[in-house]
Amino acid sequence: MLKQTPLNAVHRAAGARMVDFGGWDMPVNYGSQIEEHHAVRNDAGMFDVSHMRVVDLAGAGGRDFLRYALANNVDKLQVPGKALYSCLLAEDGGVIDDLIVYFLREDFFRIVVNAGTADKDIARFRALIAARAPQLTLTPRTDLAMIAVQGPNARAKLWQALPGSEPASAALKPFMGADIGDTFVARTGYTGEDGFEVMLPAARAAALWNALAAAGVRPCGLGARDTLRLEAGMNLYGQDMDEAVGPLESGLAWTVDLASPRDFAGKAALLGRAPARRLAGLLLVDKGGVLRAHQLVHTAQGDGEITSGTFSPTLNQSIALARLPAGVAVGDTVRVAVRDRELKARVVKPPFARNGKVQVA
Amino acid sequence: MNVPQALKYTASHEWVKSEPDGTLTVGITDHAQQALGDLVYIELPDVGRVVAAAEACAVVESVKAASDIYAPVGGEVTAVNADLPSTPELVNQDAYASWLFKLKPADPGAVGKLLDAAAYTAAIGDA
Repeated sequence: MLKQTPLNAVHRAAGARMVDFGGWDMPVNYGSQIEEHHAVRNDAGMFDVSHMRVVDLAGAGGRDFLRYALANNVDKLQVPGKALYSCLLAEDGGVIDDLIVYFLREDFFRIVVNAGTADKDIARFRALIAARAPQLTLTPRTDLAMIAVQGPNARAKLWQALPGSEPASAALKPFMGADIGDTFVARTGYTGEDGFEVMLPAARAAALWNALAAAGVRPCGLGARDTLRLEAGMNLYGQDMDEAVGPLESGLAWTVDLASPRDFAGKAALLGRAPARRLAGLLLVDKGGVLRAHQLVHTAQGDGEITSGTFSPTLNQSIALARLPAGVAVGDTVRVAVRDRELKARVVKPPFARNGKVQVA
Repeated sequence: MNVPQALKYTASHEWVKSEPDGTLTVGITDHAQQALGDLVYIELPDVGRVVAAAEACAVVESVKAASDIYAPVGGEVTAVNADLPSTPELVNQDAYASWLFKLKPADPGAVGKLLDAAAYTAAIGDA
């Protein structure tokens, strides 16, 4: 039996094409994935991301705990409401998950983790809490739904759909969130566009979704979410990284501060390991197919593999993230095995597209 | 689901139309285009190529996945729809108008063995 979000019936009534996404019954599109993609780049679209898990960490010493538990440094969070992207690492440096942590008060942090990894993340946090900070309580918020409203017009349309939300959220800078009553609104997302992620009681999710639709926000499925995040150069857990690789091989060195004296879970393993491979962007130069995950990439320095590939609606060209030998440089031409032929692709630095514009030449 | 009565079908989701001159026009079904999602790449066989029944002879790729297209019967490719490589979305817009290729069948009777609309409808679980 697939798990359902509070918006399941709304998706079905809208004619969504539903798929099994890691045990969740989720919309992949509502007709055309490409039109949904363009709606987000050019106007406003919304995604049901209620399958993602909100986990609240309460109690004294939460910052000290997270300073060790997370690979990125929560001391970057000094203003209440500020958010940070981080990996949760295993002791061997493998990536258990990537997540967003919000600093709300010194005794209250909110963490948003991936759906498929939520259970193992919570088990990992609980083990670390038991060992280091037993005074903390970790509360999975299965009572909350989450809607991402994304696109250049997303904020204005949310203010229209959620009366009273504008005063508290208009001043939010990117990567900042604020409580509005029992609703949490954050200027975050997974598309490379402006917008909000809204966490609210599950019982009110359908009403907000319908109000957003009435305000002209286009319902978008997980298909468009994937092409948008890939254009934006954002990793997908389980595809671009997992427990078998570390953040340094996954384009996430910027989230790991190895130079500071701060100790964190997995740090020792990272220090002992110079990455032989790195994540890079690929732009398909030849015609003849679409770049896809697991295709082999031949380079002058040896072989690599595509971790995520798709057709980019914004570039009208195929793009990919690929794990390549460390010596491969931006601008190099590589050959990708696409079905029965080898196609030329150029190594580029992601993102491919953000804020409605192509970012690579 | 749109499954026109006048056409024949394969279990691999091709539709086949018998033309008055004895050739067969081949495309992918509405069910197939819906399952694939937005098409972004189509590769068609060379005209003159001789294909066996069930031989992979074209490729359609959507944003989501690549899929081989199989010859419904053996024969020679006599024409391809040259509009499709530059505008693959035409197949999403009308799968039965947007044919992929035409075949001159080696055995004119072979088309009779393909699925009819009722059998194909049953095969896709939409009866």
